[in-house]
Amino acid sequence: MCVEHVSRTFASRRGEVRALADVSLHAAPGEIVAVVGPSGCGKTTLLELICGLQAADSGTVTSAPAALMPQRDLLLPWLSAVDNAALALRARGMARDEARAAAAPWLERFGLTGFERSRPAELSGGMRQRVSFLRSLLAGKPVLALDEPFAALDAITRAEMQSWLAAVLASEPRTVVLVTHDVEEAVVLGDRVLVMSARPGRVVRDVEVAVARPRRRTDPQVVALREQVLEALGMPA
Amino acid sequence: MSRQNLRAALGLSRGASWRGALVVVLALLGAWELYVDLGGADPLILPAPHAVAQSLFDDRALLWSNFLVTAEEVVLGILVATVAALALASVMHFFLTLRRAFWPVLIGSQTIPIPMLAPVLVLWLGFGILPKLVVIALVSFFSIVVTTLAGFAAVDPDLIKLMRTFDMPRRRVFLSIELPSALPGVFTGAKIAVIVAVIGAVFAEQAGANSGLGYLFAQSIPQLLTARAYAAVVVLSVFAIALFGLLTLAERLTVPWAYQPIGDSA
Repeated sequence: MCVEHVSRTFASRRGEVRALADVSLHAAPGEIVAVVGPSGCGKTTLLELICGLQAADSGTVTSAPAALMPQRDLLLPWLSAVDNAALALRARGMARDEARAAAAPWLERFGLTGFERSRPAELSGGMRQRVSFLRSLLAGKPVLALDEPFAALDAITRAEMQSWLAAVLASEPRTVVLVTHDVEEAVVLGDRVLVMSARPGRVVRDVEVAVARPRRRTDPQVVALREQVLEALGMPA
Repeated sequence: MSRQNLRAALGLSRGASWRGALVVVLALLGAWELYVDLGGADPLILPAPHAVAQSLFDDRALLWSNFLVTAEEVVLGILVATVAALALASVMHFFLTLRRAFWPVLIGSQTIPIPMLAPVLVLWLGFGILPKLVVIALVSFFSIVVTTLAGFAAVDPDLIKLMRTFDMPRRRVFLSIELPSALPGVFTGAKIAVIVAVIGAVFAEQAGANSGLGYLFAQSIPQLLTARAYAAVVVLSVFAIALFGLLTLAERLTVPWAYQPIGDSA
């Protein structure tokens, strides 16, 4: 996946807003690229460009088909967990029973055994986020665009979900663009961390995370990289 | 207009106590009974509740046969209105140009004075059920269109984007996502509609009919059978309340998620 010198400007009531200015991003197949930056740095715009939901004003976006995973789970309240997970399969016209049968073993792998028939309202926040991730995974796209996937969770659940996601991606490699506000999350999960500036967003630092997995948050290498990223964001560590 | 706000505005809270309602109704009936019994009004002009109750019993066969006529008109009228409203709301949802074009016409349709329109429709469409259906559908469908459109508009745009990254065809997004999301709105609209539908039925029947509760009412007044006229009104009200209750039940069975906290963690 390759994003080259991309700029994007929106017209707003108060004039033009430059969301992205000359942003370039490359991801090799199976690579996890974490993108951190202050609010409003155009991270969501970047993901929508990668997913083909928007077109760039200038520059080129070349990407294998990408599926989005939103920050809020956006599960359909009238569908069970298994039917929500199977939605990406149903989107492609797969029959209901076939889609359910394909999704069911994944729910088991994702620790949702016994909750297949539960509605989203009966699931915990972490469970809903796992169903949401599974839904995007089952879309079968080589690229996953994760938009602050755990931002809405409490700190303990978030830490659990980060370890869980690292394990899932180890066994199901995908090219991942992970947008996050959480520097620790970026360093623990990413192969590389891109640091973006405030609006108009541009890449100010590309940090290689050469730390063996599974990574511990308290690993001195992880802590040092966190400081490096925080410094690039202009925040004293 | 969110569904919660609408529900609150209509006072449709789930905790509504039947006991409280019963006390209020009994108190009103008691006051009315006393007022007539103590000579406040001529019982021929204002019958006491006990006289209305007596008529409900004595005229039960007459009331029942006329009730069946009105019930058929109202139920069919609501069905026609719901189908028409769903179709119109869907078209208006898909095409912004049509939404803008239809909106003033829709509002205009609600300003037509039904007592004036009904006789014209009878002249045009005859004395059968057709003009009644048109009147009932006309007064009912506006609320359903408005609440259904609100349901479509309330679908999270991020959800639509997500489905696009899953390559879900537009038609499927409508059928699998937007239509189920709008269903609670359809029910809310239909519940408002049944209340005005019975009023529409009465106007339509008074304009030209030979049966139905509205007809019976219109016939009873000049004969000074006021207790029977009031009995017809009681049957109409109970019918509207029952329809409302039935719709509420159907809503809970069909769209149970609309009653639960969806647990949106945002």
